[in-house]
Amino acid sequence: MNASGGHALLLDRGNLKRRNRVNRLVEASSTIAALLAVAVLLIVVGSVLSKGIGALSLHFLTTPMGLFGDTSGGISNAIVGTAIIVGIAALMAIPVGLLVAIFTTEFAPDRIAHPVRFVLDLLNGVPTIVTGIFVYGLIVVPQKHQSGFAGSVALAIVMLPIVARTAQEVLALVPGTLKEAAYALGIARWRTLLRVTLPTAAGGLLTGALLSVARVAGETAPLILVCSIFGQGVLTEPSEALASIPVFIFQSSESPSPEAHTQAWAAALILIAFVLVLNVVARVFYARSRKRMGA
Amino acid sequence: MEAGALSNPVLRAPRNRLDRIGDPLLRGLSGLAAALAVAVIAGIAYEVFHLAWPAIQHFGIGFITTNDWNPVTERYGAAPFIYGTVVTSGIALLLAAPLSVAISIYLTELAPSRVRRPVATLVDMLAAIPSVILGLWGILVLGPFMHDTIEPALKSALGFLPIFSGDPSAFSYLTAALILTIMATPIITSVTREVFETVPGELKEGSYALGATRWEMVRQVVLPYSRAGIVGATILGLGRAIGEAIAVAQVIGGATGINVSLFHTGSTMAAQIAAQFQGAPGALQKPSLAYLGLILLVFAVIVNVIARLIVQRGALKDTVVTPTEVEAL
Repeated sequence: MNASGGHALLLDRGNLKRRNRVNRLVEASSTIAALLAVAVLLIVVGSVLSKGIGALSLHFLTTPMGLFGDTSGGISNAIVGTAIIVGIAALMAIPVGLLVAIFTTEFAPDRIAHPVRFVLDLLNGVPTIVTGIFVYGLIVVPQKHQSGFAGSVALAIVMLPIVARTAQEVLALVPGTLKEAAYALGIARWRTLLRVTLPTAAGGLLTGALLSVARVAGETAPLILVCSIFGQGVLTEPSEALASIPVFIFQSSESPSPEAHTQAWAAALILIAFVLVLNVVARVFYARSRKRMGA
Repeated sequence: MEAGALSNPVLRAPRNRLDRIGDPLLRGLSGLAAALAVAVIAGIAYEVFHLAWPAIQHFGIGFITTNDWNPVTERYGAAPFIYGTVVTSGIALLLAAPLSVAISIYLTELAPSRVRRPVATLVDMLAAIPSVILGLWGILVLGPFMHDTIEPALKSALGFLPIFSGDPSAFSYLTAALILTIMATPIITSVTREVFETVPGELKEGSYALGATRWEMVRQVVLPYSRAGIVGATILGLGRAIGEAIAVAQVIGGATGINVSLFHTGSTMAAQIAAQFQGAPGALQKPSLAYLGLILLVFAVIVNVIARLIVQRGALKDTVVTPTEVEAL
């Protein structure tokens, strides 16, 4: 055993001062690391807030974008477009994700549930830009034009594994005794699920749904490929390409004009406020739901 | 719930006709949804391969090592982008992994309990910032700061290294790597923090009882116990970094060549797809971009599979290893 070896603490007594110094150094750097992470968050959010707030106005929120290069307009069409694209994506992904979770936790034997979980992890790991290429080939190529619906499908694919995995975790938290009590009363599985399991897990399920919406509301990569060339004015028809807030931020950020940058900051402020509020609300629901299930 | 109890005819006596179709219907529907999820991943692989096929036929496997991207001569290769992806993600991990371990040490061992949750939540929030906003911030705030302050400082201190040579630039591999660091850190931290929390208190107390300082306890108990988790978490972070398209496209500058200097502009696979797919007039350009997407998909799948395997195996191995570690102390 030597003094620098892993398990020679008791022989190390001569170096107490040095050991304490090393300890303090590590403690200080860990604290600094945590402060740094928090500082980066505050700096980014602070930049968005300070640079975006000036351009934020009722006019900005209620006027559609101007023609390319014209920065006198607003983002009303992008707000409407994002709401439609994300809304349709949520309508597709949330029920399917919930059903997948019900399948793996309630019905499937382990040898099927495990591979399905693995596939969800893989799907979660697929770069969103690749999802964009997939939807481009699946919908845009056959239709020969971009569409809000194609954007929704891409976002739904991004949402699906998030919804399903969180729902799986939440459903697994529902106490088995509750379900068994229902079964003991002779209540069928599907009734138990609808009347006992899902209501008990509702808070947590809502959390997963909200987090997945927050995640895709800012998703840009697939939209660039399948829903980024849109017409003027506020469009609401998902069969044509729709404007969206993330794509607007991306396109404005690539522009050399400072006015476009200011508009990008203002749109970023709207988006970041939406996403962060959704995250906070989701966390509150989750904490409440865990308490309810005694976890 | 045992199937045997449910198959008892008395217990199963249907309350009404709905019960007889309710269970099979739900089972069928949910099974269908699971099949759909599997079909989507298969569909992604097939469709990307299908779109890339003309380029695969034309360039073959040599595409991977070709250092060229020329829409005029229609000669395309993936080498500059694979290089860009590896360099930016590699730097991001070199920075994010130690940072995440340090943050996790702070959150699990140092932070007063009142601070612990708020700080953990704030670090998690960092992951919630949309990448396009991080990219916007990268272009307009971080980029100029890199150009004016960080890169000149690195150059004057370490300029003899080829990676820190050349003129500072707001758009560069290095700026992209820093943005990826910001994205990967909260992901790695959330997993390492959870793993650190599973270290049994008895082991830690045993270490303290033997006179270890806090760092010695962490080094000899927490880190060995969590090794697999840390590696797995880091690889998960890598998956996030290599797949990021938008933020990188915004800050990396879009040059389509290999440059040793980190101050130089470049591109990554994901960023190149995001930047060019939309226009892509050349007959072979879109297929080549899809080919890039296929390589990226293979990267991402391999990385994710390895990460899951390590995290899962680690969880099992640790429980077996625990008693001997106590003896060793």
